[in-house]
Amino acid sequence: MAVKREKLVAPGGSAQAGEASPASGTRPGSELSGDKQDFRIRQLRARDMLRGDLEGQELEKYVEERVLTTTMDKAVAWARSNALFPATFGLACCAIEMMSIVAARVDVARFGFEAFRASPRQADLLILSGRISIKMAPVVRRIYDQMLEPKWAIAMGACSSSMGVFNNYAIVPADKFMPVDVHVPGCPPRPEALMHGILKLRKMIQDDPDTGWRDGYHARGTEEVVPAEHQDTAVNVFKPRNTAGA
Amino acid sequence: MTTDVTRTASDYRQMEESISMAPVESLGTDELDQELLTLNMGPHHPATHGVLRLLVTLDGEVVRDLKPIIGYVHTGIEKTAEDKSYWKAIPVVERMDYLAYYFNAMAFCGATETLLEVEVPPRAQYLRVIHMELNRIMSHLVWLGTSALDLGAMSMFWYCFRDRELILDLFEQSSGQRMHTRYIQVGGVAEDIPRGWAEKVREFTAQMPTRADQYKDLLANNEIVLQRLRGVCPLAESELLKLGVTGPLLRAAGNPWDLRKATPYCSYEHFDFKIPVGSEGDNWDRFAVRVAEIYESVKIIDQALDGLPEGPWITDDRKVALPPRHELATSMEALIHHFKLVTEGFRVPPGEVYYPIESPRGELACFVRSDGSSKPARVHMRDPSFVNLQATAPMTEGSYIADLIATLAMLDPVLGGIDR
Amino acid sequence: MPDAVGLELLAQELREADAESVLDTLYFRDKGQLIVNPAAIRTTLEHLRGKGFDALMSVHGVDYHPEEPRLGVHYELLDMGALDRLTVKLRVPLADPHVPSVTPDWPTADHQEREIYDMFGVIFDGHPDLRRILMPEDYEGYPQRRDFPVGGEPVMFTIDEAEGKAYTQ
Repeated sequence: MAVKREKLVAPGGSAQAGEASPASGTRPGSELSGDKQDFRIRQLRARDMLRGDLEGQELEKYVEERVLTTTMDKAVAWARSNALFPATFGLACCAIEMMSIVAARVDVARFGFEAFRASPRQADLLILSGRISIKMAPVVRRIYDQMLEPKWAIAMGACSSSMGVFNNYAIVPADKFMPVDVHVPGCPPRPEALMHGILKLRKMIQDDPDTGWRDGYHARGTEEVVPAEHQDTAVNVFKPRNTAGA
Repeated sequence: MTTDVTRTASDYRQMEESISMAPVESLGTDELDQELLTLNMGPHHPATHGVLRLLVTLDGEVVRDLKPIIGYVHTGIEKTAEDKSYWKAIPVVERMDYLAYYFNAMAFCGATETLLEVEVPPRAQYLRVIHMELNRIMSHLVWLGTSALDLGAMSMFWYCFRDRELILDLFEQSSGQRMHTRYIQVGGVAEDIPRGWAEKVREFTAQMPTRADQYKDLLANNEIVLQRLRGVCPLAESELLKLGVTGPLLRAAGNPWDLRKATPYCSYEHFDFKIPVGSEGDNWDRFAVRVAEIYESVKIIDQALDGLPEGPWITDDRKVALPPRHELATSMEALIHHFKLVTEGFRVPPGEVYYPIESPRGELACFVRSDGSSKPARVHMRDPSFVNLQATAPMTEGSYIADLIATLAMLDPVLGGIDR
Repeated sequence: MPDAVGLELLAQELREADAESVLDTLYFRDKGQLIVNPAAIRTTLEHLRGKGFDALMSVHGVDYHPEEPRLGVHYELLDMGALDRLTVKLRVPLADPHVPSVTPDWPTADHQEREIYDMFGVIFDGHPDLRRILMPEDYEGYPQRRDFPVGGEPVMFTIDEAEGKAYTQ
C-alpha cells in the first residue's frame, strides 16, 4: 500500500545516503558497507519509496530491511547497555570502591547494573578492580574467556591499566593479556569515577562512543613527537623510555 | 580434560599436583563409603573475601582439611618500598592492607621515627589516634557488611556502607582522599585538620553508637545468625597463641591482648576505653567482639577530640619534615631543607627496628632496616591476616562448608595484607 | 623490654647452655637483639620460651647484600605476661642457606618461613611443606634479594601508540 511520505522528507534529503529512512533516521551504512551497486539500488528504492512508488510487498520488504533491522540493532544495544551484569571480581583496594558503587550513595542500581553475577558465564562485564599479579593473570584471562559474547572489560584503577603505584616484577597491566574497553584512572578511583567509566562504556555499547578530546576537536596528528633527527639533541623533552621500576 | 598438548618441564599444573593430600586421604580409610573430594574454592569466588584460594578436602559436606593458597594479589610492595625514599615509600606501604591504610602508614612511620629518634608533637599524636580509630570503625563496618552478605543478610551491606561513606567523607575533608590518604607522615601528620572538621566528627560519633545498636538489633537476636555463628568453629586460646593469632580473634577466645593497652603507643595511654573480650572463641564471639570495638573506638575519638592539644601537627625538625610554605620565601635554610627533602629525602641512621601497632585485624608491625641512606634497605610488614590465616585450617576442621564460609567471614582476612 | 643489663644476663644464660649459640648482643632503640648461630636457633628459642617469651610474633628475612653472611632471618619474640619483646637474629651465607625450621615448635612460623624461602631462598630444614607461597610455583629467582631487579613495565604514552609499541599491539 503506497503511503504518502513527502512530509517527512527533509528538503533535498532523499537522494542522500541514509537520511531517507523516516522512522529512525539512522545511517544504513553501518551494516551495508561494500557493494556500490547494491548501495545504488537501495538508494533508488529509497527514493521510490519516498515518492510513494513502492507498493505492497516491495514497500514491506523495504521497511523490513531498512527500518527494523537498524532499529533492532539499536534496540538490542540499548537493552544490553542498560542491563549489564558485572562479574563479582574484586582484586584489591579498588574492589572496595567498586562495592561502594553498589552501596547507597552512588547507586549503580539506578542504571540497572546492580545484579553482580558470581559466575562469569552469566556476566557480561568484567571490572578488573585492583592490581593483577602474575599469579592471577592466567586466572583473569580464564574468567574472561569463560564469559559469553558480547562481553566488555573495564580496567579500574591505575594498577590494572598501567602498573599504578607499583612498577615492579609482581604485577602485570591488563592490556597485556586481554582486551580492555574502558580504563578508569585513579588510585582508587572514586565510586563516581567508576560510575563515569561504566556510563562511558554504556555509551560505547550503544554505538555512540564518547570520542576523546583529540577526535572531538579534530586534533589527530597533533601529538607531540620529536622528529627523529632531534631525538638526542632535543632538551627538556621527557623521553618516555625505560621507566621500569619508576 | 586437558587440551594443551605441549608440556614444559616446569608445568604449573604438575607443580600444583605435587601438593600432597596423602596425610588427609588416609583419614577416610577405615570407614565404608568414605570418599574424600578435593574442591578448589577460588581465587575467583564470591565468598573468599578477596583472591584467596582454598583447597578444601571434603567428606560429604564436612571439611576434613583445608589448604589456603595465596599470592594472587602479591604486589611486591616490600621490594618497591626499597626503591623509594622514606617519604615516597609511605603511599606504597599504605596500599598493603587496603582497609587499614592509616595503620599501615602508622606502622611504617612509627618505625622510621624510632630510627630517626624524632619526636611526634602531641597534637599530631591525637590526630593520628582520631584517624586510626575512624579507620578501625570503617574497617569493622566493611567487615560487618561483607560478612553479613556472606551469611545472607544482604541489607546489612547497604547500611554499613552508608556509614562507611560518612567516614570516608571525613577522611576526604581532612586529607583530600577517601582511601589511601597519605595523611600520616614521618614526624606527624600531613596537615592540620580543617576548621569545622572536629564538629563533623562529633556529629558522626554522636550517631554511630545508635547505628551500631541498630545493627546489633538487626543481627544479634536473629535466629539464623545465632545458629550460624554460635558454637561454630571455636578454637582454643592456646591453639591461637601457638599459631600467632592476634587481634579480635584472640580477644574472642578470652585473651585481652591489645597493644593499645599493653604497650601503648601514640598517646593511647591518655584514653580510657575497654577491651571487648569473648569467652568461647567461636564465630559468635568474634562477631560480638568486633561490633563492641566500634563503641570503644567511638569513645576514644570523643576523648581525643575533647583533649586535642594545640600545637604543630608535624615535627619541627626541618631535616625530617618539610618546612611550611611561607618560610620558603624568607629563609634560605628552609629552601635548602625543602630541596633536600624533596629530591633525596632524609637520611635515616643505620639500624633495624620492629614497630608493632594494633590494627583492626591484630598486630600489624613494620620492620625497617636502614643502611644510613635515604632509602630503606628492607621494609617488612608483619601483617596480622597473613598469620591469622594459618588458623583457618584448625578452625574449620570437621565443620560444614557453610560454616567454613562463615568462619572465613569472621576471620576477616584482607588479601592485600596477606599477599603484600 | 629487657633492658641492656637483662639482655646481657639472658645472653650469658644462653651461652652457659651452649657456648656457641649467642654470637652477639645489641641493645638498640630500647630493644634487645640477640644474634645467634643458625644451628642453635631451635634450642635458643626453646630456652627463651622457658624464660617467658612464649609468643613468636614474626619471622622475617633480610638480605644484607653486600655484607656477608648475606641472608638473615629475624624472630620477634613477645612475652605477653611481662610485656617484653626480644629479637633473635641469625645470618646465613648465600652458599649454604640452610636454617633449621622452628615450625615444629612454633606452628606460627609455617607460612612465614615459606615466605622467606620464596622471597630470599633460605631453605628451612625440617619444614613440613617448604614451597613457594606468594610467587607462582614455577617462578625462578628469589625476588626480595637485593640483587634481583625490581622489574616492571615501561610506562606507555601516546608516542608509543603512534610508534606501535603500546601493550595491545
